[in-house]
Amino acid sequence: SCDFYVSPARRSSGFRATTIMAVEFDGGVVIGADSRTTTGAYIANRVTDKLTPIHDRIFCCRSGSAADTQAIADAVSYQLGFHSIELDEPPLVQTAANLFKQMCYRYREELMAGIIVAGWDKRRGGQVYTVPMGGMLVRQPVSVGGSGSSYIYGFIDSKYKSGMTKEECLRFTADALALAMERDGSSGGVVRLAAITESGLERSVILGNQLPTFFSA
Amino acid sequence: MLNSSTQCEMTSGGFCFDNARRNAVLEAELSEKGYKAPKARKTGTTIAGMVFKDGVILGADTRATDDMVVADKNCMKIHYIAPNIYCCGAGVAADAEILTQMMSSNIELHSLSTGRPPLVVTVTRQIKQKLFRYQGHIGSSLIVGGVDVDGPQLYSIFPHGSYDKLPFLTMGSGAAAAVSVFEDRFKAKMELEEAKQLVRDAITAGIFCDLGSGSNVDLCVITEKGVDYLRGYDRPSQKGQREGSYRYKLGTTPVLTKTVTPLTLDVVEESIKTMDTQ
Repeated sequence: SCDFYVSPARRSSGFRATTIMAVEFDGGVVIGADSRTTTGAYIANRVTDKLTPIHDRIFCCRSGSAADTQAIADAVSYQLGFHSIELDEPPLVQTAANLFKQMCYRYREELMAGIIVAGWDKRRGGQVYTVPMGGMLVRQPVSVGGSGSSYIYGFIDSKYKSGMTKEECLRFTADALALAMERDGSSGGVVRLAAITESGLERSVILGNQLPTFFSA
Repeated sequence: MLNSSTQCEMTSGGFCFDNARRNAVLEAELSEKGYKAPKARKTGTTIAGMVFKDGVILGADTRATDDMVVADKNCMKIHYIAPNIYCCGAGVAADAEILTQMMSSNIELHSLSTGRPPLVVTVTRQIKQKLFRYQGHIGSSLIVGGVDVDGPQLYSIFPHGSYDKLPFLTMGSGAAAAVSVFEDRFKAKMELEEAKQLVRDAITAGIFCDLGSGSNVDLCVITEKGVDYLRGYDRPSQKGQREGSYRYKLGTTPVLTKTVTPLTLDVVEESIKTMDTQ
């Protein structure tokens, strides 16, 4: 899929090459991300939280330029919050995803943002929408993004099966992120996970020394 | 909403980019002749901050550089924003200075309008939204620290508008040197004296190991009770004592001959110019 073209101007501050992931299951979604923010070869923040709440049951995973994605997420949270008050109902995940898409598509030349929107709503349950750079919008049962995603497409394709439980999804996400962090220099730190269901939100962190281990040469 | 380059904003003072096109033309003309245009002065800095048991400590070195020359040996890089919020600035000196002054003014008005003491998140949000709007052309990296109703907080803001909230932070050219000290010795909820020593050591690492940082260490301790601005807390690089003297005694060079030739001069014109010595 579309991975990023990096303009040299962007690399100066708070640029984030990342691994982010989201998986749907029956009753909710599991999202996960690494925690590294780099400026060039220096790690500006080794415990970044790239899983940003947009609404009570809707989150987004951010990859690309830190400044751009933070600004977009703030703008969309505002728009969605306003919309939800007007509706007097929790907003749909599809609405949030479309707000992201509209902003990312309109300003596609100026922005460098790859976002995965995931959450739970009453109408369609757990949903994952991916809005990569360029501003496409597509719903997928499992989606990965960021520079580290290239290394785990094979793992995702071979290990994903529909009908997983929440615990299986959490383990699947943690394994995939650990593999990506092992191979991608721009991803690392800790693994942040979140499970979003009707009843609420469960956030967890897997520290560096507790990550799942695989074969290493 | 993001692309607001409103003309009306420019007329009310603040940043003005009118000369940007002229500068670009001049720079192109100069480079043809082999000259380089003058660069904006960057502070080349080490700034740091950490959260300790009772509040926040901000630290900075005091050297301002103009390329490879020290322009100011004792400048102030810790800027006042509000009685409970201070901000360290790195990057282009003018940008950091003016940005913090504008923020301080806006925050005071906002605080009067809300009737509450200002929050560190408010300052951070206003700064990052302004920096994002200017897409990195305002070249200042900042560490905002303060104590408010939500407790002690520390935020770093990069020129493009991204921010991070962390228990300890370093920025500037000496950031790598300073963060190594923090990574080694930082602990949550440290006591005041130990924390001051740690920030001092982090800045000192930047002073000694980074060419762009030097001179003294300034600290600013912010707690619920108030602010302690310690200007010149430590002076690790004192000017050395000159060991030898190069003055020659009177009579070192012997005089062999002396000839006096009087010059006859006539006064041609006399004019008096008064000097304004007020």
